[in-house]
Amino acid sequence: MTTVKTKLDRRSFIRSSALAGGGLLLTFSWLAPACTTDSPKQLTMPDEWYELNGFLKIGNNGAVTIMSPNPEIGQNVKTSMPMIVADELDIDWKFVMVEQAPLNTDIFTRQLAGGSQSIRQGWNGLRMAGATARRMLREAAAHEWKVPVDEITTEAGVLYHTGSGKEAGYGEMASAAAELTVPEEVELKDIKDFTIIGTSRKNVDGPKIVTGKPLFGLDYKAEGMVIAMIEHPPAFGMKLKSFDATEAKGMPGIIDVFAIKTYNDDYEWQWSDITSFTELVAVVGKSTWEVMNAKLMLNVEWEPIAEDNAQGVPVGKENTADHYKKMEEAAVNSSRERRRDGNPEEAFKKAAKVIERTYTAPFQAHNPMEPMNFFADVKDDLALLAGPTQTPEFMEKTVAARLGLPLEKVDVQMTRMGGGFGRRLYGHFMVEAAVISQKVKAPVKLIYSREDDMSYGIYRPAYHALYRAALDADNNLIGFHVRMGGIPDSPLHANRFPAGSVDNYLAESFSVGTNISTGAFRAPGSNFNAVAEQSFLDEVAEAAGKDPIQFRLDLLKRAQENPVGSNNDYDAARYAGVLEQVREKSGWDTNSEGKSRGVAAYFCHNSYVANVVDITKKDGEPVIEKVYASVDCGIVVNPDAAVNMTEGSIVDGIGHAMYSELTFSEGQPEQNNFDMYRLIRHGEAPKEIEVHFVENNIDPTGLGEPPYPPVMGALANALYKANGERYYHQPFVKNSIG
Amino acid sequence: MAVFNLNINGKQHEVDVDPSTPMLWVLRDHLDLVGTKFGCGIAQCGACTILVNGVATRSCITFVDSVGDKEITTIEGLSENGDHPLQKAWIEEDVPQCGYCQSGQIMNAAGLLNANPSPSDEEIEMAMHGNICRCGTYTRIKKAIKTAANS
Repeated sequence: MTTVKTKLDRRSFIRSSALAGGGLLLTFSWLAPACTTDSPKQLTMPDEWYELNGFLKIGNNGAVTIMSPNPEIGQNVKTSMPMIVADELDIDWKFVMVEQAPLNTDIFTRQLAGGSQSIRQGWNGLRMAGATARRMLREAAAHEWKVPVDEITTEAGVLYHTGSGKEAGYGEMASAAAELTVPEEVELKDIKDFTIIGTSRKNVDGPKIVTGKPLFGLDYKAEGMVIAMIEHPPAFGMKLKSFDATEAKGMPGIIDVFAIKTYNDDYEWQWSDITSFTELVAVVGKSTWEVMNAKLMLNVEWEPIAEDNAQGVPVGKENTADHYKKMEEAAVNSSRERRRDGNPEEAFKKAAKVIERTYTAPFQAHNPMEPMNFFADVKDDLALLAGPTQTPEFMEKTVAARLGLPLEKVDVQMTRMGGGFGRRLYGHFMVEAAVISQKVKAPVKLIYSREDDMSYGIYRPAYHALYRAALDADNNLIGFHVRMGGIPDSPLHANRFPAGSVDNYLAESFSVGTNISTGAFRAPGSNFNAVAEQSFLDEVAEAAGKDPIQFRLDLLKRAQENPVGSNNDYDAARYAGVLEQVREKSGWDTNSEGKSRGVAAYFCHNSYVANVVDITKKDGEPVIEKVYASVDCGIVVNPDAAVNMTEGSIVDGIGHAMYSELTFSEGQPEQNNFDMYRLIRHGEAPKEIEVHFVENNIDPTGLGEPPYPPVMGALANALYKANGERYYHQPFVKNSIG
Repeated sequence: MAVFNLNINGKQHEVDVDPSTPMLWVLRDHLDLVGTKFGCGIAQCGACTILVNGVATRSCITFVDSVGDKEITTIEGLSENGDHPLQKAWIEEDVPQCGYCQSGQIMNAAGLLNANPSPSDEEIEMAMHGNICRCGTYTRIKKAIKTAANS
């Protein structure tokens, strides 16, 4: 049992929730909690709720509502975070209802969806929330029964005192417990005593999702709400010059058309404020179809951005062909050293064999299925915002600054998100909705069409990587050189494997300026460098005449026993662990007959994943029959959900590596909807996916991103076995540049 | 603007909208039925799928003046209590991640099972090709369709 200091103060929750009650525009369905699907159909609502702390309240009938603090983008933290609270509280999951918490910086820390950190950073706080409430209930029982609190035990929502035979449900003691001071120290369960963590629980929103209940930002409705859409420049490097709204304003259902400026000139941008186009034309009307039609009737003139633009980006209209050329030139002319071990130049000079390969990947759009949107109701002294955002805390500051309101007068409610993938980290659309609402003095739902969204920017950058390996006469890897860059940022992680396993190592990076906006995309950097690195290691292993898994394991052994340099950003033993597990589970040594198999492994966002991809041929076309995944993410909170995340990452990774590409012509994205921008479809997904977890008691780490990068490398390696072709350029379906 | 009498989920609804309004927006903006989702607007993603006389149809390109008195079923009307075999299978297999595409997936699958109660894997893949899941739940969707078909 671990004893920890708590940091909870129930009083601040009660204070803050009174203000949050300003959200009177919310219809009942938004407040209706999600019942766990184990819940008996008629889970009766209690007469009274007692708040024990900011995370949970207990009803007089023993029902429990647990707040899920973090934004939900499909990573299912809305189920797993409450599971952690419920386990330490020691209740039966079937009596739990889950509510999405609003932004509340008094109670919750890091209400953010990104970096695969929700469970990892929330773990201790969530456990404490459950444990302190359980302690308070025991104290209440002890007080009532006049016995020492140490003699009170709990099991699944019932308090027991064995000595006297007394027992009471949590509901009976909740009122008294709610009056107690939140304890300063509390005991946490031993891992072996978990009853909910480590068991599979269904998605708490499952029943609502499959019956079409309103859940997403795009579904949000409020009394008197109007619809808004924006028009942004058709190309990067352009800005608004002028517009004629006469025709648009005359269209049915249209309320107003006007220009908006997303930021005041003196505003200091946070990282989440990345905005491609700061001046837009807004169209406001009564219904979506009417606004869409009016948008078509806008007459807008655009002009090039100024040389001394505030963003500091280059002027001009960019083309994809130039992009790849520029990266090649920058690789040669402007690379900067990031890490050096030993004497790489010497190693390459005296090598028996040198292998050199270049890899590229294109810009990509995030394309969550729910297009960008947000609701804002801005009054003189209060702004209510609701919608899909991965960064409510950062964006609350931006909106408050833009509206000229103090932070406590801005209320942010998080709706369920139809995907994020990093796109909704950048909440410019929240500011736009707020500015529009302020102007029209009405509640506004701003929505983007798919075209508006896909052509708006904040893309996954284009990348270029050069890899070189030096082998000695005995086929030992004696030198390793990676030089990678991107438009605009290099994806290089200089201290990741194989750094630490090679005596002579050089890592360099370069960058190419652009006026195309970019941002974090599922596993930033890793979503390219894993693919390049893992396909390259495969070629090196082949040149060395070694089995690809054993080749990696030998290097990892060196990194573990006798690491080169310091600051190696991975645990070699855990890295080897997933490779060994996937080798065993896939029958790599025993069951490869008739299959074209590729392997890869990668470490990012604190978790380790290895994949084996099996390809067969059907009518001459490669078919991905099966993908194995071995995952080390520490303690697995919700196993089946973790399998779902891993499966989804695998499908997503294969899809992006195989098919997805955004190209530019004169600054204009050439794809702006799914007819031109290809995403993976049902028939293209693996026929079977098998996921295994490495069992250990390490504190949990994330799964939103780690299973995404390595499968792309394993795919490239399997494709090589299937058709003798190496894949250097994404998307693989083209395997050529641009 | 014109008045249309629509048969949706077994009930009659009257709406006064422009005849070119797609059913997607009639449902979402005028009838408070937001289960049918907007993903692309050009029938490339399947999020807007409804049934028209039992046939899976993309509501984003189905204009209200083309529907007449045909029977429209949306996700909200697939069952009384969320207990259509597909809905039950979706829960049993814990299919959704973000959940945004799933109404469209389920309705498209309902159309498939109406026409072909016992589809093979290949038939499922072909029928579901038009429904994108950005979260990658395709393997679970296939499993759930087979579970529903067998129940």
